[in-house]
Amino acid sequence: MSSASAPKSPPASRFVFDQRRLVLFAVRYGLFLALGVWVVAMSFASEHFLTWLNVLNVARQAAPIVVIAVGMTFVMATAGIDLSVGSLVALVSVLVVTFFNLGLPTYVVLPAVLLVGLLAGLANGSFVRLGLPPFVVTLAMLTTLRGIAFVVSDGYATPVKDEFVLWLGRGQIGQLHTPIVLAVIVAIGGWVILSKTRFGLYALAVGGREEAARAMGINVGRVKLAVYGGVGMLAALGGIVLTGRLGNGSPNAGIMLELDVIAATVLGGTSLFGGVATIAGTVAGALFINFVRNGLNLLGVNPFWVQVATGLILLLAVLLNTVVNRRVSEWARVGKADEQEPETSP
Amino acid sequence: MSDHLVEMRLISKSFGAVVALRQVSFALDAGEVVGLVGDNAAGKSTLMKILSGAYTPDSGEILLDGHPCHFDSPMAARAAGIEMVYQDFALVPELSVTQNIFLGRELLHRGLRSRFLDKRTMSERATHLIERLGLRVPPGDTPVRAISGGQQQAVAIARATAFDARLVIMDEPTANLSAAAIGKVREAIGNLKSHGVAVVIISHRIEDILETADRAVVLKRGQVVGERRVADTGSDEILHMIVAGQDPRRAANNGPSKSA
Ligand SMILES: Nc1ncnc2c1ncn2[C@@H]1O[C@H](COP(=O)(O)OP(=O)(O)O)[C@@H](O)[C@H]1O
Ligand SMILES: [Mg+2]
Repeated sequence: MSSASAPKSPPASRFVFDQRRLVLFAVRYGLFLALGVWVVAMSFASEHFLTWLNVLNVARQAAPIVVIAVGMTFVMATAGIDLSVGSLVALVSVLVVTFFNLGLPTYVVLPAVLLVGLLAGLANGSFVRLGLPPFVVTLAMLTTLRGIAFVVSDGYATPVKDEFVLWLGRGQIGQLHTPIVLAVIVAIGGWVILSKTRFGLYALAVGGREEAARAMGINVGRVKLAVYGGVGMLAALGGIVLTGRLGNGSPNAGIMLELDVIAATVLGGTSLFGGVATIAGTVAGALFINFVRNGLNLLGVNPFWVQVATGLILLLAVLLNTVVNRRVSEWARVGKADEQEPETSP
Repeated sequence: MSDHLVEMRLISKSFGAVVALRQVSFALDAGEVVGLVGDNAAGKSTLMKILSGAYTPDSGEILLDGHPCHFDSPMAARAAGIEMVYQDFALVPELSVTQNIFLGRELLHRGLRSRFLDKRTMSERATHLIERLGLRVPPGDTPVRAISGGQQQAVAIARATAFDARLVIMDEPTANLSAAAIGKVREAIGNLKSHGVAVVIISHRIEDILETADRAVVLKRGQVVGERRVADTGSDEILHMIVAGQDPRRAANNGPSKSA
């Protein structure tokens, strides 16, 4: 740690300080601003964009991503990543129909696939806990789980007839689609756990500086196991919702879904290096990606270009998340030191 | 029975072929400030990590209030009132000042909300704690990475004293600090002493020891070379013991030291 202890320059003026705050604010809440700007611009460009129907449609599209990204936020808080969530969605999707075809009732099938999700996550977590890089562990799991999904289904998509699963994917509670309600519940739960409980704090501490967390008596291994188990279970829930929405269990479900989930989380300001995470940001990130996609579709842009746009957004998000963020906080830190040094001298 | 707060008897510790400590004995009274000095690799950090539960000794025993005890983890030592401020502070840069002070020992609400963090109480206590030590730190919700090295040291010291510590061990608390920050740390040590807390300071800076400690203990190559009441010595004599590895007042009786 460098200490800027001797005041080298006179304290910054109020004006400079306020300017710093403004820039910090813009970087911190840039995504929310961008989302707002996009929504306003698009509502001029297309009369269909800002309709209740379209907004609900976008939210419904975003819902499974939100559900899984809440789990990803915790994983990334610990400086980890989980690339296997898309494949887990496929496996769950296939298992749902397989279990129903065995004649099992809904109240057995759904807990069973949630358990599969949990176990897959715990498997990831156990390897990460051993010190293997999360990127590689979950990349291996990405191909393993997708492979199992193909083996189990023999490569075929099979229709789902269960009313409850269909309701989870397509139904409504009052005016709202069921997936939206589920996503809201998961997001609120995630926000409470992240910002108000020990577990959330420990996830951030582990990601911020693992040795310090360990020195303070935090069971680092258990925290890691729990965040991967959690995202596994949420990926299973997302998989159930997607299965209901598509109306079939398919080994091709959730292809590249991990990218949307990670993009949403990173866009939302959760640090790729751990220690910093927000659920509100993640939700806004998921909405942003889906509003951009939806807007481009409404404008009649070629879907292949939409895919390119999604990739560029992810790249931009990572750029903001790493280089720009670091530069800006260093710059702001110098400003703070100017402010505080006079207090530390006797 | 001794009435020392802590007594370490004939402690030995090796790391593979490296003998870090050979039969070191060390005692400390309540409210006493002891400076532990010596060259690099003399074994200072190892001795104190054993006392704070980070390492277990190969042999020897530790008595707390005259009772033998085993600290098999830093948590066990902390539960007994022994805290260590690590050389690198062991703070999480992304977490706030208050979060770092209470990390691992958060306060929770009572009753129905007992699973939730009591942020307000923690923040009030953190402020109070820092004031009591005479330290100045930015508001408790500032992330630690945004504060200066001296302020980080202040946070680490505040954390070590947050839970009724009886002994606070500081490993090089003034390394890499500005003159003003060093003054603050020394002042904080004085405040701890006046609250009846014992302090061990490991320091390269002999002035730190002369200014704050009651007693200085000199280690060299894993052995205690000698000790002095600070009122009764000066930097020249301590420096001589560190370099020569022997106690000049005893050298006549013991013959030349092996390490000379
Ligand atoms: N964890 C460790 N593993 C191996 N050797 C160690 C370890 N900790 C300390 N040592 C060795 O023990 C000796 C004493 O080290 P230390 O207690 O850190 O000395 P000091 O703090 O006085 O500089 C050194 O030779 C050091 O290399
Ligand atoms: Mg040392």
